[in-house]
Amino acid sequence: METTNLNKSIKSKNEKYKFRPKKGLIGWVFVLLSVILICLFYFYPMLQALLLSFQSGAGVNLEFVGIENYTRLFSDPTFLAALFNTVIYFLIQVPVMIIIALMFSVMLNNKKLKFRGLFRTAIFLPAVTSLVAYSVIFKYLFSNNGIINTILTNLSLISEPILWMSDPFWAKIVIILAITWRWVGYNMIFYLSALQNVDESIYEAARMDGASAFQQFFKITIPMLKPIILFTSITSTIGTLQLFDEPMNITGGGPGNATLTISQYIYNLSFEYTPDFGYASAVSFAIVVMIVFFSIIQFKLAGDKK
Amino acid sequence: MNNFKQISIYIILIGASIISVFPFFFMIVSSTNKSVDVSGGKLIPGTNLLTNIQNLLSTVDIGQALLNSAIIAITTTVLALLVASLAGYGFEIYRSRAKDIVFNILLLSMMIPFAALMVPLFRMFGTISEIAPIIGIDTLASVVIPTITTAFLIFFFRQNTKMFPKELLEAGRIDGVSELGLFFRIYIPTMKTTYAAAAIITFMSSWNNYLWPLVVLQTPKNQTIPLLISSLGSSYSPDYGVIMLAIVIATLPTALIFFFLQKYFVAGMMGSIK
Repeated sequence: METTNLNKSIKSKNEKYKFRPKKGLIGWVFVLLSVILICLFYFYPMLQALLLSFQSGAGVNLEFVGIENYTRLFSDPTFLAALFNTVIYFLIQVPVMIIIALMFSVMLNNKKLKFRGLFRTAIFLPAVTSLVAYSVIFKYLFSNNGIINTILTNLSLISEPILWMSDPFWAKIVIILAITWRWVGYNMIFYLSALQNVDESIYEAARMDGASAFQQFFKITIPMLKPIILFTSITSTIGTLQLFDEPMNITGGGPGNATLTISQYIYNLSFEYTPDFGYASAVSFAIVVMIVFFSIIQFKLAGDKK
Repeated sequence: MNNFKQISIYIILIGASIISVFPFFFMIVSSTNKSVDVSGGKLIPGTNLLTNIQNLLSTVDIGQALLNSAIIAITTTVLALLVASLAGYGFEIYRSRAKDIVFNILLLSMMIPFAALMVPLFRMFGTISEIAPIIGIDTLASVVIPTITTAFLIFFFRQNTKMFPKELLEAGRIDGVSELGLFFRIYIPTMKTTYAAAAIITFMSSWNNYLWPLVVLQTPKNQTIPLLISSLGSSYSPDYGVIMLAIVIATLPTALIFFFLQKYFVAGMMGSIK
């Protein structure tokens, strides 16, 4: 009894930082290992990458070249192609995926819907596959004489096979379709669990006032889910800007460089071509800048809409 | 009108379910068919499963790859859970302004793309190879070491620790339990669900990790499952039946985790956003 009172008095003094200040050191013992490991395997290599990006040369024969690597970026057609592809994937795939996932979650949130659990499991199922495994499956599904072309031809939707893998436009579409297939269900689960916390009476009141399904979606659902939409859009952004497994295993970056991503280009520069670690590091900072840039924009957008 | 809306919702959901499940169906059916039937578009189960199994075992050492992936994923999971939960606990229970600042700095590492780290990490492990070859390039340890600690997992444990009943710690202190003892004897047993969820997230991402093993592993003996699938998929004369069989085998562990531990699986996803 006495201890609880004592606790209360300590709590009221300093609600936020309530645990015994004299135990300060032991707290650091708990976090020390993590701090060391994150510094060693994230911040230190990041610093190394920054230093490397001002050097150039094949393999280990590096010399300091100043900002030459960064100026080279702007006249490197392969980098510009990879940048363009990555931005296209991001701009198309992330919004499309989030809208589809939101749509499914609203449909599945209806308690009167039959087979809810079945639909939910089926749509979530792609999220259990490994990125490499599903990429290889998609490669064969969408090969020029693959099953997708056969099905589309049999349904008379197309008269001749679409050259999914050898047409620059369709190859990008395959990558976008693949990522969307993999991640819609995953994101849907986040929205679904957030929707379950939304009070049903809000919708009832809106319906009484004659709000249409669309109005309910845009005026109630989206504002209510804003924090979680922001969370999923930032994680998707970080994921898409780093895209590697899919183009590597579905198209190999081709045809030409039509589906090449920045991550894949960095990999090629470092481990496929004559290694140029310095230039590869400069390219990698392009992703860093983009992640920071797009994340800030999304925070701003989410803030302004309120 | 309402009926029409109802029906279209069912049509959309059935269509979405078919699209979601079809690649699984294709993969499973194809693993029982001859390569020529797979490329011919056969969508009914065949009788070639045993031949495919024999061909798979004779072309690649999938047993070794499964073993490598299992060793890597299990070691990573055990170490990651220990390190991250210690930190998540430390940051929340011994909260101070200085620790909050350190915590926020650690979170920044989530923004660093792996592509930017792989070259310096590769060079770092090149240096390590000269001093301690058993954890250098082309060892299973080199796959595990840099992936043990993620800011995400620390964040995950910290978020979940907010819900931990702190009276238990006070009671333990009165009983004279040491600060480390509190963590091991009171915190860990109380937080089983959080650990289960964290274990699933970590195991899955380690099992599926592709880029870093691709960079650091070189000999076929050390190949992991994603590397094996990837190299099968890019072969010049692919045997589709065999490849699909390999993919079925690779997907099985994560699919089983999902079906049997669905509750923790979803808890793991949600735990990060509480």
